[in-house]
Amino acid sequence: MVDFSCSSDFNLLQGSFTMISIKGLYKQFGQLEVLKGINLEVKKGQVIVVIGPSGSGKTTMLRCLNVLETPTKGVISIEGQSLDFSKSVSKKSVASFRRLTGMVFQNYNLFPHKTALENVMEGPVIVKGEDKTAVRKKAQALLEKVGIGDKIDYYPAQLSGGQQQRVGIARALAMEPEVMLFDEPTSALDPELVGEVLKVMKDLALEGMTMIVVTHEMRFAREAADEVIFMDGGVVVERNKPEEIFTHPKEERTRKFLNMIQ
Amino acid sequence: MKMYLNSIFADPERTARLVDIAKTSLRPLLEGAVMNTIPLTIISFIIGLILAVLTALARISHVKFFQIIARIYVSAIRGTPLLVQLFIIFYGLPNIGVTIDPFISAVIGFSLSVGAYASEIIRAAILSIPKGQWEAGYSIGMSYTQALKRIILPQAARVSLPPLSNSFISLVKDTSLASVVLVTEMFRRAQEITAANYEFLLVYSEAALIYWVICFFLSVIQGFMERRLDRYV
Ligand SMILES: Nc1ncnc2c1ncn2[C@@H]1O[C@H](COP(=O)(O)OP(=O)(O)OP(=O)(O)O)[C@@H](O)[C@H]1O
Ligand SMILES: [Mg+2]
Repeated sequence: MVDFSCSSDFNLLQGSFTMISIKGLYKQFGQLEVLKGINLEVKKGQVIVVIGPSGSGKTTMLRCLNVLETPTKGVISIEGQSLDFSKSVSKKSVASFRRLTGMVFQNYNLFPHKTALENVMEGPVIVKGEDKTAVRKKAQALLEKVGIGDKIDYYPAQLSGGQQQRVGIARALAMEPEVMLFDEPTSALDPELVGEVLKVMKDLALEGMTMIVVTHEMRFAREAADEVIFMDGGVVVERNKPEEIFTHPKEERTRKFLNMIQ
Repeated sequence: MKMYLNSIFADPERTARLVDIAKTSLRPLLEGAVMNTIPLTIISFIIGLILAVLTALARISHVKFFQIIARIYVSAIRGTPLLVQLFIIFYGLPNIGVTIDPFISAVIGFSLSVGAYASEIIRAAILSIPKGQWEAGYSIGMSYTQALKRIILPQAARVSLPPLSNSFISLVKDTSLASVVLVTEMFRRAQEITAANYEFLLVYSEAALIYWVICFFLSVIQGFMERRLDRYV
């Protein structure tokens, strides 16, 4: 087993503070074992890009971090809070754990019966019980930040895919998570709309947000990622800086995968 | 048909009598509609909808016990005639010392019926909402109840509006069955009127016309509501 815990160097934004720690994470669907012992540490402010072949468990790992999937066993800690899935976890601890992460879905999953603004306000108002007027201001600011300040009263169906995904990012940010999780956020988009979403994500990375991004956008990985993780068969096969992993992959499996997609 | 028309127009006196009956029947018929048919429909539908949502939730819950209770309820109501159910409630229950007022009996019967049929509509509507909508709710920290109330049910309501409107319109007409448990709704009023004057064709047609007018207005409202809810799709 490779120890990744001290493999990254830190810039000003990245202290040595460990934001995410995954230990011995397993997930089984019936007979199918999808995650076979994931170990991963992510420092505060790091941007990690996850690549790997279809079915390797990338989505499942993100969903476990957001506890949309209950792992079979393993321990996940985020910002000091941890859940040990070898024991049974209470609904309450899952709920408070979930607040630590914001999830951005491949197909946006916006609430179609609510406007962009209402989508963003929903969490703070309903879940956190915050004051509506204050939340409205915050939500407006967030939508402006992701570049759709002029469309806050539009319904999702009236927005392009790129705009919808940016609302999705704003919706997750509104809950003020410690970590943002992105599952192929641009893969459902027309090529000309990919850039606007990646730009928002890059800005977020520059602000020091800790991010785990599953994506096949190699340019994003090169420009924004601190490290790239290659997953295959339910384990982390290789982890390294983008330029390293793309030019000198250590593992044969990584090399094969990179040859295939480039 | 021809004879009937002939008998009306060939005989001015009979024509005058029919016009008179039509006029004097209108008031008691409308009274029956306003005092009983419409309240019976609305009250039964509201209670029925609440029952239906609860039943639908029980059917999709992970608790076996709730599932079974809901299944038995839906199966029993759907497997027996409404008329028989009304007879059991109104004429049957007094045998075990439970006597219920006609209107209340009818409300119970119709609510149970709406609850069972509409629960299938609502269950299908809830299941038609993509799983990603639940997950999006959970991902921003919502509980099951919050996601259900804020995200799933509003969308399911849109999906189930057309079939539920049809149920509502059917219920307006079905309330005529309440006449057999002595509720003086519109159809029973019509029966009372014809008992005195034997003008069945005229009075029952008049009642039918009023049902039609009510249902027509309801379908106009349905169209309006559907367009309103269509804003975002
Ligand atoms: N809810 C589920 N029930 C059963 N099997 C599942 C479920 N979710 C995922 N799987 C299976 O788990 C495996 C890993 O899926 P996952 O979605 O994590 O892969 P992925 O790396 O994200 O792939 P892709 O690049 O295609 O998105 C696949 O074989 C998939 O069929
Ligand atoms: Mg995936």
